[in-house]
Amino acid sequence: MSLKLEHINYIYSEGTAYQKQALKDISLEIPQGQFIGVIGHTGSGKSTLIQHLNGILKATSGTIYFNGENIYAEGYSMKNLRSQVGLVFQYPEHQLFEVTVLDDVCFGPKNQGLSPEECRARALEALKMVGLKEKYYDRSPFDLSGGQKRRAAIAGVLAMRPKVLVLDEPTAGLDPRGRDEILDQIAYLHKKGDMTVILVSHSMEDIAKYVERIIVMNHGQVMFDDEPRKVFAHYRELEKVGLAAPQVTYIMHELRERGLEVPVDTTTVEEAAGQIVKALKKEKSQ
Amino acid sequence: MIRDITIGQYYPAESRIHRLDPRVKIVCTLLYLISLFTFQSIIGYALATLFLVSCVKIAKVPFKYIMRGLKPIIILLMITVVFNLFLTPGGQELVHIGFLRVTERGLTTAVYMAIRMIYLIMGSSLMTLTTTPNALTDGIESLLKPLNKIHVPVHDIAMIMSIALRFIPILLEETDKIMKAQTARGADMESGNLIQRAKAMVPILVPLFVSAFRRANDLAMAMESRCYQGGEGRTKMKPLIYQGRDYRAYAITVLYVAAAFVAGRYIPFKLWIF
Amino acid sequence: MIKTEDLVFEYEKRDDDGNVIGKSRAIDEVNLDIAPGQFIAILGHNGSGKSTLAKHMNALLVPTGGTMWVNGMDTREEERVWDIRQSAGMVFQNPDNQIIGTVVEEDVGFGPENLGVPTEEIWKRVEESLKAVGMLEYRHHSPNKLSGGQKQRVAIAGVVAMRPRCIVLDEPTAMLDPNGRKEVLRCVQELQKRDNVTVILITHYMEEVIDADRVFVMDHGHVVMQGTPREVFSQVETLKYYRLDVPQVTLLADELRKQGVDLPEGILRKEELVEALCH
Repeated sequence: MSLKLEHINYIYSEGTAYQKQALKDISLEIPQGQFIGVIGHTGSGKSTLIQHLNGILKATSGTIYFNGENIYAEGYSMKNLRSQVGLVFQYPEHQLFEVTVLDDVCFGPKNQGLSPEECRARALEALKMVGLKEKYYDRSPFDLSGGQKRRAAIAGVLAMRPKVLVLDEPTAGLDPRGRDEILDQIAYLHKKGDMTVILVSHSMEDIAKYVERIIVMNHGQVMFDDEPRKVFAHYRELEKVGLAAPQVTYIMHELRERGLEVPVDTTTVEEAAGQIVKALKKEKSQ
Repeated sequence: MIRDITIGQYYPAESRIHRLDPRVKIVCTLLYLISLFTFQSIIGYALATLFLVSCVKIAKVPFKYIMRGLKPIIILLMITVVFNLFLTPGGQELVHIGFLRVTERGLTTAVYMAIRMIYLIMGSSLMTLTTTPNALTDGIESLLKPLNKIHVPVHDIAMIMSIALRFIPILLEETDKIMKAQTARGADMESGNLIQRAKAMVPILVPLFVSAFRRANDLAMAMESRCYQGGEGRTKMKPLIYQGRDYRAYAITVLYVAAAFVAGRYIPFKLWIF
Repeated sequence: MIKTEDLVFEYEKRDDDGNVIGKSRAIDEVNLDIAPGQFIAILGHNGSGKSTLAKHMNALLVPTGGTMWVNGMDTREEERVWDIRQSAGMVFQNPDNQIIGTVVEEDVGFGPENLGVPTEEIWKRVEESLKAVGMLEYRHHSPNKLSGGQKQRVAIAGVVAMRPRCIVLDEPTAMLDPNGRKEVLRCVQELQKRDNVTVILITHYMEEVIDADRVFVMDHGHVVMQGTPREVFSQVETLKYYRLDVPQVTLLADELRKQGVDLPEGILRKEELVEALCH
């Protein structure tokens, strides 16, 4: 189960005055089970990119292979692809529509053609996975709080049992705790199953904390594609395209400039604290 | 498809048409539309074409934009043409295949109808493309002011229209997003019989309505917080005052209408059967 | 500028049939006193009552108990409501849902039009306000084509054009990307310094409040913490308890202190931390 993109180009509104190339010659390989972060400023093509992964947008040229099969080949079931590659859009709670939360989560499995019992079983499983309490299952989704709605909406995609879960800014608009809870839950899901998780985010701190690989998009192209510490080492280039490294990375750089012997490729608070303490001890002993 | 709707879409440019008072544009567009129905001859249509093309040129709006407004009515246009072409009796018979026959009268009516419809849309598109929706509603409000006397809430209607125009593109974009999100959950909107398709719209319509209501609520609050309290006691940032150019535009339009009317009716010039 | 005394806002809870089943307090005995010209931040998780409080400052909601004064006016006096809204302008969260005009300059003119300002004066104000938020060159643009940060700046200009003495911003950056957030914040700070208007910023992004004169933290309708940013952010654990966090620098400093490094409390900026570690 891997995703492979070969020379993907995508042009918006081709042949009109609004024509715009949103993706330029993108080639990527996404093996099963990775936790990937996608960053890029607004309009860099990151949303366009992820909408190709489940076939909602069709590339102007290039090929995508899922599990070795060309998804653009004739007779390839897009419906099947969409249940394997679950895509959670920004503000997914805006798509809730059923009378109860449980019914809404059943929508995906129902479209897969499963029996009502199986749909229910999957919906219950998915709701448990996102940590939504049982008392909410029979309530109207519109009566839930912001964070709960978001969970219900994510469950709606998980209920299809996707192999790849793609989330477009799943924490937008949530308060700090709500944000941490959702991200922890996603990280937990990734650890527990062998799901590939692709997370689009604006928060470098969040990305650094969770993912093992970062894809940086700029002007429709892949600018960097590497593990976090290596990507954030290019913090000056990132700044030029309207991005930044996590705050701790900057602190480590400044400490180093002032003579404290700390490694500069640190990206999380815990790691940084440990390194600084170590360096301070070393300095004292000298 | 959703991006193709040009009605209510302003095309920003600096032109003499853009600068005209919206009332002039509304009245002149109406006059132009009426003029299209006053004659049935090639001379009249030549004048109508000349007038329209000059206006578009002066307005600096690319022809492509104006033509885009025609897309949604193409089917309607074709039906009208086909019906008129085959079902109008009278005059010499031109073509006869099986039970279908085209008469002279049929051909002329079909062609005239098509031209009228196309010019109708092009004319009104030109108006909306060169007038900001706000100016347009200001113009309508001012033209309809006499109705205030019979207790028609003219200001409120104008405000409703301008808000609708502002939110159309936002809601279209939103519809697009919701459709994509439901498709990602395996929704199928393209196959099945009529009832199945109607049912498939529920997952799109419910979120769309919920969102529209939320937006309406927010907007009402934002307007209140900016001291909106109806039309009374309001001043205008862009009050409508006729300038010299507006009177000239009226004069030109009236001249065109008169010329087209006279020439279209009384000059017996014919090109074949038209 | 803004003062509250035992402010309470209750709303009725109803069951599915619309029967009242109880009352809930969104704001519970809040006492505030905000001096003119200050930059105030109100923090709180979603549902803590901070937005309800903001709506009181604009008389969009009136208290069910206690009193709220805006610029010396009691918000319950109905005849003063337009004066209150003029003197305390409000910017909302969703940039799309508060722009009324279809052209930037027309939207900015909407408030002054409602106030009955003469035409020439409106044009002057529109130009000034757009210049103040750095959006003058976009005056003829359609708001739909702007970025989120630009839309919010237009919304701010729309409020500025009403010449308020106080601007209340209710999570103006929640729907923006990091660059949009910076843009809006910079714009607000400049306004506060230049025109000496009181700014009340409601947010849950901790990075935005480190320059505030005073910070209030809300939870369950109460003000549970208040003080300078340094005082508030020195209590990392308490903030976490209220579903909030602290800037990453503060978190790092706190972590280092826990591991025995000698650092002062409430470090807010990376320069401070670097200085303290390398003195």
